[in-house]
Amino acid sequence: MATSADVIGVASPAHGHSDTDRELGVLGPRPVAKTGLWSWLTTVDHKRIGILYGLSALFFLVVGGVEALLVRLQLAAPNLSVLPADIYNQMFTMHATTMIFLAIMPLSSAFFNYLVPLMIGARDVAFPRLNAFSLWVFWAGAALLNVSWLTGSAPNASWVGYANITSKQFNPGLSADYWVMGLLVLGVASVAASLNFFVTIINMRAPGMTLMRLPVFVWMTFITNILILLAFPPITIALIQLMMDRMFGANFFNVAAGGLVILWQHWFWIFGHPEVYILILPAMGVVSEILPTFSRKPLFGYPLIVFSGAFIGFMGFAVWSHHMFTTGMGVIATLAFSITTSIIAVPTGVKIFNWIGTMWGGHIRFATPMLYATGFIAMFTIGGFSGVMHSAAAADAQQHDTYFVVAHFHYVLIGGTLMALLGGLAYWFPKITGRMMNEAFGKVAFWTIMIGFNVTFFPMHILGLNGMPRRIYTYSGDMGWNFWNLVCTIGAFVLAFGLLFFFINMAMGLKKGAIAGDDPWDARTLEWSIPSPPPEYNFAAIPTVTHLDDFWHSKITGKPKPQYDGHPIHMPAASYYPMVVGIGMFVWAMGMIYKDAPGGFLIAGAGMLALIFGVYGWALEGPGGYHVDPSKESGAHN
Amino acid sequence: MGHAAIAEHDQHHHVEHSYTGIPNKKVLMWAFLASDCMFFGTLISTYIIYHGKSLVGPYPVEVLSIPVTTASSFVLLMSSLFMALAVAAVNRKDIGQTRLWIFATAFFGLIFLGFQSFEFTEFFHRGVTLQKNLFGSTFYTMTGTHGLHVAIGVLWLFSWFVYSYFGDISDKAVDIESTGLYWHFVDIVWIVIFTVIYLVEFVGIGG
Repeated sequence: MATSADVIGVASPAHGHSDTDRELGVLGPRPVAKTGLWSWLTTVDHKRIGILYGLSALFFLVVGGVEALLVRLQLAAPNLSVLPADIYNQMFTMHATTMIFLAIMPLSSAFFNYLVPLMIGARDVAFPRLNAFSLWVFWAGAALLNVSWLTGSAPNASWVGYANITSKQFNPGLSADYWVMGLLVLGVASVAASLNFFVTIINMRAPGMTLMRLPVFVWMTFITNILILLAFPPITIALIQLMMDRMFGANFFNVAAGGLVILWQHWFWIFGHPEVYILILPAMGVVSEILPTFSRKPLFGYPLIVFSGAFIGFMGFAVWSHHMFTTGMGVIATLAFSITTSIIAVPTGVKIFNWIGTMWGGHIRFATPMLYATGFIAMFTIGGFSGVMHSAAAADAQQHDTYFVVAHFHYVLIGGTLMALLGGLAYWFPKITGRMMNEAFGKVAFWTIMIGFNVTFFPMHILGLNGMPRRIYTYSGDMGWNFWNLVCTIGAFVLAFGLLFFFINMAMGLKKGAIAGDDPWDARTLEWSIPSPPPEYNFAAIPTVTHLDDFWHSKITGKPKPQYDGHPIHMPAASYYPMVVGIGMFVWAMGMIYKDAPGGFLIAGAGMLALIFGVYGWALEGPGGYHVDPSKESGAHN
Repeated sequence: MGHAAIAEHDQHHHVEHSYTGIPNKKVLMWAFLASDCMFFGTLISTYIIYHGKSLVGPYPVEVLSIPVTTASSFVLLMSSLFMALAVAAVNRKDIGQTRLWIFATAFFGLIFLGFQSFEFTEFFHRGVTLQKNLFGSTFYTMTGTHGLHVAIGVLWLFSWFVYSYFGDISDKAVDIESTGLYWHFVDIVWIVIFTVIYLVEFVGIGG
């Protein structure tokens, strides 16, 4: 991070567009701290926001992991009561909700934030304060979901929250209310972030960075964000309908008034299936960056990988009812969704063959990131095979709601997404921190994770085919499930140790890792052309892009580096208001959850007022800014 | 530095940061509206799916009033015309006209909200409540969400109106055009709601 920035201030007379900022500076001074806690809480720097997303995601990965271990302990042997049954329901519900919304999605978001501007040759995202807003609203939603533990009413109706398990009648108390408000708030964060990255990728690209020269990770981010924009509204409306039912007595999912509980399933999966691709596409992007670097070859079939990603995104909206084959939709619907589900396997297979093609004949170096990338291909393929099995509706009817499905989506989510994202962490750790992680220890961590993961989840295929249902509290000892359940639980602890090794390696690398330099992996994309860690303005001189993998190309051809032109660089100013809006939203949501308690509506109103105040303060203070002169920076590049 | 120079600097600034030449704020608004389509799509679909499924009355055909809603729809459509005039005015840097048409747009938006309050009150007295039946649940949630969009638009427009007295609104053409995009979108959604919920209800009845 830059330390000696030349802060000119908000109202610099030398720069005309600051005049309006001075005029409306009635709302008090803007934060100017460059170091310390406040500088992080008010930051609008995409790199710092990315780091905060990443640390939050890793924290919740641990939280969700502990929840998983407790679930596994309860299931280790028949008829255990490690947890009371109602706590067990909360535990598996919060495990899934935490892992999906608070660990994997924000970990992807961390990469979006940190990498997209660097990869497209930009100095920041299109809307830096909106970016900080997304982070704060994400924190608000994460806090809402987890505060529920303290009140003894954590969400308990599973992550799909099927009606009418969530109805006031069958789920009294506040569990479902915390779930509804938490997810609503998290939805706001996701949509705001996606709008930002959509605009950033369209408009903030460096000269010459045409769409077909974008790194695949940026492409997958782009597609993911379009999916978020289009898939989150249905779940948001469904959550609002559920909220109207629970809080105001509406009848959306009230069977006694003619409501259809199946409607919830449709809304949920119209969101839920694109969500699956929201979780996996960024991982595919990460792998598409790692493989060429460590195979020392260009990505095989770049356009095919890009179009396959787009096609997966498109088809992702056409397969949702394969989650509902057992609901009796009728032959035509079942057939249609069987066919679309089979079709969506094709672009996925195309990608896998392209990744293999990338490695084929390459000078492969099995550094830690490459291990994760190849591990991803193998594990994701297994998850893909068990996934496409579900497109056969008759077979799916047997597998539905069994541990076979649990095995399938953990192979995709851990063996796929998490494996790739851990690889991404290992790959970009030197860029983010300026230091290397230990390779030997990294490999130990990888193999521990790999073995632990397979020992945990492969037996679940067998358990599922032997009829063990999902979400059951315990089971009888004569079902033939005892042995494999014990194996799964042992595997879960091995996996946990593997992740612990990974985290220890990160901490050690941060403290005393070897200095990385700009380009430790001999990589291909623009982020490796600048110092590690990058200065706050990223690029002293904005590069002009002429090729796919432009940095790689310039290393080979000796294309001269862009030269800094001497103009001070305009940076967006930090702001308090994203934090104000985020806190306002948290208070509002808490007030809504407790609206029937004395003062509940008052609290909600106060939160709404804080939110409105924050929005106006935000609008009136303007983007602001200050100027940095890279030639005065210590360690100036170029 | 004069206003013209400032504007030129800003414009230069924009072009520098937009690969496509389209201002960021407009791309943002278009993307948001795409997302908002899905919001209203879900709400309107729910209404259609639950149409005719209410177990007890009052039913829509008994309470919906085409004459009243035609009047309120006309008001909302006129506000879109005023919005277009406001955007045209701000693009010519005509502050007086901008201010006038922004005020007119917001005012007509308020009249629409008045109609909606009247309709809600009237329906409530005739027994349509959120809790009564599926029609009540779906109708109030859908039109309420639309009304909330209009209310946010009105607040936004009045904020521009007040701003025009303190800041230089002629600099804000892109921002006001974004507000305009939002406003037109909310109107278009209303046309869909008016057609699907109000008019189609009376097809074949001759009401």
